[in-house]
Amino acid sequence: MEKFTVLNGIVAPLDRANVDTDAIIPKQFLKSIKRSGFGPNLFDAWRYQDVGEPGMDNSKRPLNPDFVLNQPRYKGASILLARKNFGCGSSREHAPWALTDYGFRAVIAPSFADIFYNNCFKNGLLPIVLTEMRIDQLFHEVNAFPGYKLTVDLPRQLVLTSDGATQVGFEVDAHRKHCLINGLDDIGLSLLHADEIRAFEARRRTEQPWLFG
Amino acid sequence: MPQTLYDKLWASHVVHVEDDGTALLYIDRHLVHEVTSPQAFEGLRLAGRKPWRIDSIVATADHNTPTTDWNEGIKDPISRLQVETLDANIREYGAKAYFPFLDRRQGIVHVIGPEQGATLPGMTVVCGDSHTSTHGAFACLAHGIGTSEVEHVLATQCLVQKKMQNMLVAVEGPLARGVGAKDIALAVIGRIGTAGGTGCAVEFAGSSIRALSMEGRMTLCNMAIEAGARAGMVAVDDITIAYLKGRPFAPSGEAWNRAVAYWRTLTSDEGAHFDRVVRLDARDIAPQVTWGTSPEMVVPVGARVPDPDKEKDPTRREGMERALIYMGLKPNTRIEDIRLDKVFIGSCTNSRIEDLRAAAAVVRGKRVAANIRLALVVPGSGLVKAQAEQEGLDRVFKDSGFQWREPGCSMCLAMNADRLEPGERCASTSNRNFEGRQGAGGRTHLVSPEMAAGAAIAGHFVDVRNWR
Repeated sequence: MEKFTVLNGIVAPLDRANVDTDAIIPKQFLKSIKRSGFGPNLFDAWRYQDVGEPGMDNSKRPLNPDFVLNQPRYKGASILLARKNFGCGSSREHAPWALTDYGFRAVIAPSFADIFYNNCFKNGLLPIVLTEMRIDQLFHEVNAFPGYKLTVDLPRQLVLTSDGATQVGFEVDAHRKHCLINGLDDIGLSLLHADEIRAFEARRRTEQPWLFG
Repeated sequence: MPQTLYDKLWASHVVHVEDDGTALLYIDRHLVHEVTSPQAFEGLRLAGRKPWRIDSIVATADHNTPTTDWNEGIKDPISRLQVETLDANIREYGAKAYFPFLDRRQGIVHVIGPEQGATLPGMTVVCGDSHTSTHGAFACLAHGIGTSEVEHVLATQCLVQKKMQNMLVAVEGPLARGVGAKDIALAVIGRIGTAGGTGCAVEFAGSSIRALSMEGRMTLCNMAIEAGARAGMVAVDDITIAYLKGRPFAPSGEAWNRAVAYWRTLTSDEGAHFDRVVRLDARDIAPQVTWGTSPEMVVPVGARVPDPDKEKDPTRREGMERALIYMGLKPNTRIEDIRLDKVFIGSCTNSRIEDLRAAAAVVRGKRVAANIRLALVVPGSGLVKAQAEQEGLDRVFKDSGFQWREPGCSMCLAMNADRLEPGERCASTSNRNFEGRQGAGGRTHLVSPEMAAGAAIAGHFVDVRNWR
């Protein structure tokens, strides 16, 4: 997994609540057996004027000029600013895969759906929860200033404006932070406890043998 | 200290805890399907790892499989490759059971787990699918996981988890005829919203829940995720035990007696603490119909489409306006005046035998309305289909003008050929009315099987409580 320490990037605002994972990456693209290549189909139904299907040359498809990511000022954005309950719905990890493949490394929202939130950390994508009031303020600032950038400092758990005038702290689990900063795959970490897993399993096999075999 | 059912399930599966509360949680049952597993098996292969415990794995192909012309195989080459990849992965690594495409026991993963007795009380159950919450109906800790976690469970038999909060949804009182588990689920979501259960494991309790069959409890727990709760659950009682007896993978003989004695302890203790409590009176619950593009956009069938002008919160108002444009609806339209193009009875929410019986009872002897272009019944599994055919339900549906299909996820998420065309309006027994969920531009109204059946016959929504 790619390490995440300090990110400075353009912010793209997606001003709607309850953005679901079907919207982030529609189901027809879930037929892929790969982890990569989902970026061109991120927000497919909102981003293009036609109906996308796997195998299309996305560079030739008509773009929806009204969709925020198609506006030139947000080109190259690596931070997505969103509203509450971002990532609700299906457990598809294709959603964070599509966001990272597009170039996003952080999503800032007032709240996230649980499974999506969890999936982000497995893919070097940092979900940041800030208060609704703070999010409102960021939406105003992003809309007011073309090229608006933020800095996300994970080790210090801070979001900073470019002029350094504003610093906002955010919460993140110690375990998840450690994994992100060091780019650690947590399967390896879990297997450090293999003996404990085996002992637990042996006890379980005796107590509830019907769960085994 | 008195414990909730979730407290007990959590405590009995913790292998290791870090200082910050991050735990390694042991997983008893790993359900696998074709869409969210290929990258996990690939990751395992690249790291040179093997599955930790093959006999925890139960697999099936359900999302991509067609519901017609099974003798012609899977025509879409991309779908076919995904299903064949699962075949190959199970062949290489093994499983306790695999119900591949064309197997007579194949079906939606959340239907076949319980049907086979592969879902048992006290288990942790995971699957790369958010509707894994379904299995909580059996007093399991069951929830959806992402593909990285599928790989993690394959490799370690554990998940890295933090304990969730306890939430109680208590529903008391008798349900009216024509009102069922789906209506309870939608009424709860309407009350608390699609993020109302975020961060929580929800226990459904109360006399209305105890009166539900296992099928009804599965419908309810299935929709917990639409309220934002990864896990929903119901305590063990006689109905749970009776359902499990004699299932292929359920214990038998002396092991059965031992198991039942343990399962009986899987209830919340008197006085256990819940962080959040929501109470509903079943007598207030009417058949529910969603009008928008989120399950929380729901009203009773006798109501009207809400008016965004009356909403004060700007983000909510914009969401409502956007939803009404997408749905092609005007504010204040009577729900019963909404005319439909298609009807879908199926999905992991409502495709079990009881759902089909309830829908068949509504349509028996009647004809699907002329404006309905397609009315589909997709049984949840091959065994549900066989049971329904034995009871003659297939005839009832076909005589009424419904199509009777092969099992699978079908038009719940439209990964196969079953889908809505742009602008088409559907009464659906599935679980999500998101934009494009049932096909790009498709308009979904979530309802119960009886409400979908009534809508198919009338051509528009009707209140099934007083409609025959």
